[in-house]
Amino acid sequence: MAVLDWTDSTMDAAGTRLHVARAGRGRPVMVLHHETGTLDRLPFYDALTKSYDVLVPHHPGYSRSERPDWMRSIRDIAVIYRGLLSELGLRNAALIGLGFGGWIAAEMASMAPADLSHLVLVGAMGIKPTEGDILDLAVTGYIDYARAGFHDQKAFDGVYGAEPSIDQLEMWDICREMSFRIAWKPYMYSQTLPHLLGAVCVPALVVWGDDDKVVPLSAGKRYVEALPQAKLHVVKSCGHCVDMEQPELLAKLVTDFIGRG
Amino acid sequence: MHLMYFTEQPMSAYPEQAGRDFGATALMFSNKHFDPVAGSRLYNNYIEQYMLAEEVGVDGIMLNEHHNAPFCMQAKANIFAAILAGMTRKVKIVMLGNPLPLAENPVRLAEELAMIDMISRGRLVSGFVRGGGQEQLATGVNPAFNRERFEEAHELIVKAWTQTGPFRFEGTHYQHRVVNPWAVPLQKPYPRVWIPGVISKETIVWAAQQRYPYIALNTSIEQTKKIWELYDSVALQTGYVGGPENRGYLIQVHISDREEKAIENARQFRWMQGEFTGLAHPVWSTPSGYGSPSNRRAFVEFAAGRAKNPRGETSFEQQMADLRIIAGTPKTVIARLRRILEETRPGILALWGNDGRVSQEDSLTCIRLMGTEVFPALREIAKSLDLKSPFEADAPVHLRYSTDLKPAKAAAAE
Repeated sequence: MAVLDWTDSTMDAAGTRLHVARAGRGRPVMVLHHETGTLDRLPFYDALTKSYDVLVPHHPGYSRSERPDWMRSIRDIAVIYRGLLSELGLRNAALIGLGFGGWIAAEMASMAPADLSHLVLVGAMGIKPTEGDILDLAVTGYIDYARAGFHDQKAFDGVYGAEPSIDQLEMWDICREMSFRIAWKPYMYSQTLPHLLGAVCVPALVVWGDDDKVVPLSAGKRYVEALPQAKLHVVKSCGHCVDMEQPELLAKLVTDFIGRG
Repeated sequence: MHLMYFTEQPMSAYPEQAGRDFGATALMFSNKHFDPVAGSRLYNNYIEQYMLAEEVGVDGIMLNEHHNAPFCMQAKANIFAAILAGMTRKVKIVMLGNPLPLAENPVRLAEELAMIDMISRGRLVSGFVRGGGQEQLATGVNPAFNRERFEEAHELIVKAWTQTGPFRFEGTHYQHRVVNPWAVPLQKPYPRVWIPGVISKETIVWAAQQRYPYIALNTSIEQTKKIWELYDSVALQTGYVGGPENRGYLIQVHISDREEKAIENARQFRWMQGEFTGLAHPVWSTPSGYGSPSNRRAFVEFAAGRAKNPRGETSFEQQMADLRIIAGTPKTVIARLRRILEETRPGILALWGNDGRVSQEDSLTCIRLMGTEVFPALREIAKSLDLKSPFEADAPVHLRYSTDLKPAKAAAAE
């Protein structure tokens, strides 16, 4: 495997120190991670660097980024990321939102529909499902919750290990606390977002695992209805975390959709 | 010494096996197992217990509140406080307490408490708590802002009680454009506030900074001493000397006319599978953001089943030996409580007399012996040890009403 040129840097945004990992060349692509935080490197991120300039910011309050105590909503994160792209001089980036990160991506898209090339939402939160509910972090154990994101538990073991470390558990608790601070009620969705997506005229790809136990597929269907140029792709034998369970397949879906370079 | 009776008001008619089968008896344990016919009988039993407690001369009746679990039937402490305000004549109504963060409208709470104080002719002690983790989830309240909401709701309630309205309150979690309740407390400057707790250092420090008595809930003698050490050191930094009037203690004590029967009934203190609040998933009891960040690592290890409960687990026999559970005839109980009073020097003592499936008859016997034999003896012991309650010591209701504050160094020298 080729040596990847990942760089990790800290950027200041709205008074908060954000951790940003970046690698690859080509069209700018921002990947927005799950509410469980993110590992520093993942096969999915690596796969994207073959075709794109990939940015993986750690959300404020998650993983390696500082927690801004003042933050109260997902929209606050979206505004910060809009500012980040602007500061880096990156125009017309593609946004890839994974689960909770999908909600952030959708908010970012609704804010500046003209400054966006493509939108990819994977098992995205942010819209109230018409059938079923979004799995509640608050009543589910750390490992049970993370495992619920996978159809194949061996894939979970491959990413986190069969017995996740205490460091990982602690990080999940820190991420969970931040999710409570900004997405407690209504839990993990916005009542206004569906009404604001109509202006997002760029092509959108909505990807869902057919065994998503975290966000019901009915939420994905609502995204497809709300976004004017969206199509749905359901991945077979896959859970919520398509990026971690079938990274190569998701990377291929993305590159086929966005195009290379 | 202020002496109180307490019961969790157990929903003793729930099917225990159903809880074992489900693996939890809190938060998510279905209320299909709640029998309102038994509930009606039990609520009225508890009223009978409180009325007897007043008759046999207890100083106070301690009330609390929990949600979604059989270990406690009081879903709103103010309802029982209001009942007692109308039905009793002498006892203090000691709420330990209202869970402030659960309130979406603290002004409403201030009104309710003012009504209780007036109806009871000034017998309210208005304790406040953060509420357990599960209470936040049961009421849909964000656990991550629990402490901020607690402190801000307290500020608003005290303001509503002491400052004439209308005024405006623009807080972080509470915004009220018109605060002007037409119900204010009878007691001035406001009803006494006592703060119960178990483990959170932050709460002990906060209570000491306010000069509110802290009520240690069934802690071991060693833990209790550590709590007073911390409280007293904060008191000195704040400019006063902590004493028995700042210290309260709740302990499980079952009294009977026969030793064996008392011990048999005392086993019911562990009726919720040895857990006060029942079996629950650790993330329900301590949702993220609810606990101290300093405990995070130890907690996640416990929650993942890789470490023992940091709160510790002990057998009934061990708890009896450690004097966290006391059971016996009045003579036995008085001797053991004397040791606790000598070692920890509280001015407020609550006896948690009955729990679980102890029969109403045995519960009433316990209360009768408590009032007629145990409490008179404890009053004598307290007198000899100079253990004054906040009432006897005429302690200020809050730090700001102190007339004896000294610079920290001078207070430390005393």
